[in-house]
Amino acid sequence: MSSVRVLVGTRKGAFILESDGKRKDWKVSGPHFAGWEIYHMKGSPVDPDRIYASQTSGWFGQLLQASTDGGKTWFQPGVNPEDAKPAFPPQNKSNKFVYDSSAETGKPLTTHQWYDGSQHPWEFKRVWHIEPSLTEAKTVYAGVEDAAIFRSTDGGESWQELPGLRGHGTGPDWQPGAGGMCLHTIILDPSNSERMYIAISAAGAYRTDDGGKSWKPINKGLVSDFMPNPTGEVGHCVHHIAMHPSRPTTLFMQKHWHVMRSDDAGDKWTKISGNLPTDFGFCIDVHAHEPETLYVVPIKSDSLHFPIDGKLQVFRSRSGGNEWEPLTKGLPQQDCYVNVLRDAMAVDTVDECGVYFGTTGGQVYCSADGGDSWNAIVHDLPAVLSVEVQTLA
Amino acid sequence: MIRVQIPYHLRTLAGVEGEVTLDVAAPVTIRSVLDALESRYPMLQGTIREHGTLARRPFLRFFACEEDMSLASPDARLPAAVAEGREPFLIIGAIAGGD
Repeated sequence: MSSVRVLVGTRKGAFILESDGKRKDWKVSGPHFAGWEIYHMKGSPVDPDRIYASQTSGWFGQLLQASTDGGKTWFQPGVNPEDAKPAFPPQNKSNKFVYDSSAETGKPLTTHQWYDGSQHPWEFKRVWHIEPSLTEAKTVYAGVEDAAIFRSTDGGESWQELPGLRGHGTGPDWQPGAGGMCLHTIILDPSNSERMYIAISAAGAYRTDDGGKSWKPINKGLVSDFMPNPTGEVGHCVHHIAMHPSRPTTLFMQKHWHVMRSDDAGDKWTKISGNLPTDFGFCIDVHAHEPETLYVVPIKSDSLHFPIDGKLQVFRSRSGGNEWEPLTKGLPQQDCYVNVLRDAMAVDTVDECGVYFGTTGGQVYCSADGGDSWNAIVHDLPAVLSVEVQTLA
Repeated sequence: MIRVQIPYHLRTLAGVEGEVTLDVAAPVTIRSVLDALESRYPMLQGTIREHGTLARRPFLRFFACEEDMSLASPDARLPAAVAEGREPFLIIGAIAGGD
């Protein structure tokens, strides 16, 4: 029987939730890295016991942690705490995310829009999202704030920027959302190793077809009323994108407002908000076995980041969008004013697809029946920043 | 022997309890102490000083003998009491509110 391992990043540490395929009884471990913000954790599809974690702090900056035993023990790649022999100059590069502005391989460090419309220099702040390679256990991508994408090919010991994205030329039109100018979504195409999708708040979605050397904005069809030109090529506040691995050219997007889909690898987007009570939200995901079944958690508005009327509802579409049904069984239907952040929803691949999401109130909910009913695995964690799930043999 | 006090989260990260003691050759400066600290505990690299620029992270401050050395030159000599191990060099996290 399969088992599942849920990786939960929170404002005050990481937690790992484990269960068998029934997903009824859970073992909880943590907090790992207690007191630190864990923006994201994700395991390698090639070697599931190899897990990467983004550990960050306003005081102490960015750290990168890894585990090779499924999260039981952790280490900073390239650092051996048992090694007492001084080694100077220091060689620890696992948290060294330096934009590549070199003449040989890089792109000049330019500026981006600041909140007041002025231009502001690029400054590294943190890693928002980690995306391990689909084929190489030690290759992993990192999406960072200020927006850029980095790659490591040595298990996170060192990082190199893929500067073609930051240097695309549209950077001066990118701007930070309330959470910062973050690259928060990285999707690897399982059918084409040269193709990746990324999303930035607030710049929009970009695609590479040459392994990250060059990128094109894929934002046609998006409309953002806050922009001077609502249909502009860049500047859109994309909150999250999801893809089913069997249909790598079909993408689903939760934007600042509007739920969107594309069936041509992002070249054109159409609105699929349909009968949603509000189409503002952060997370979106696709059922593991039904590529036209989607999940979103509608949030009241851009000014009111909580569910409508205090009722926490997941909405499911089984038609690829437009027609949505509320899923409420087991979810609080009064006095609930939590949010569900962009990277805080995931699905497992057990025969009966499990759906998971975490809230800013510290609950992690699981549905073991595709969304029909929900149970809280944990009630009182710190605010949940991210949820990933691994389905283990 | 130089004595250094670091914040709780950095002690946890480095796997140490209490003060850290380091051998630092004279002249003892902010830079030489931090170099020695990061050399002995490489997991601290980037957490006190930014990678590349080696600038002090903005929410950390340096104190020696009740003197705020945060804005001093990295090559400023630390007081004799610190250089001789009678007083610790303090790396302190800002007392910030929030959650």
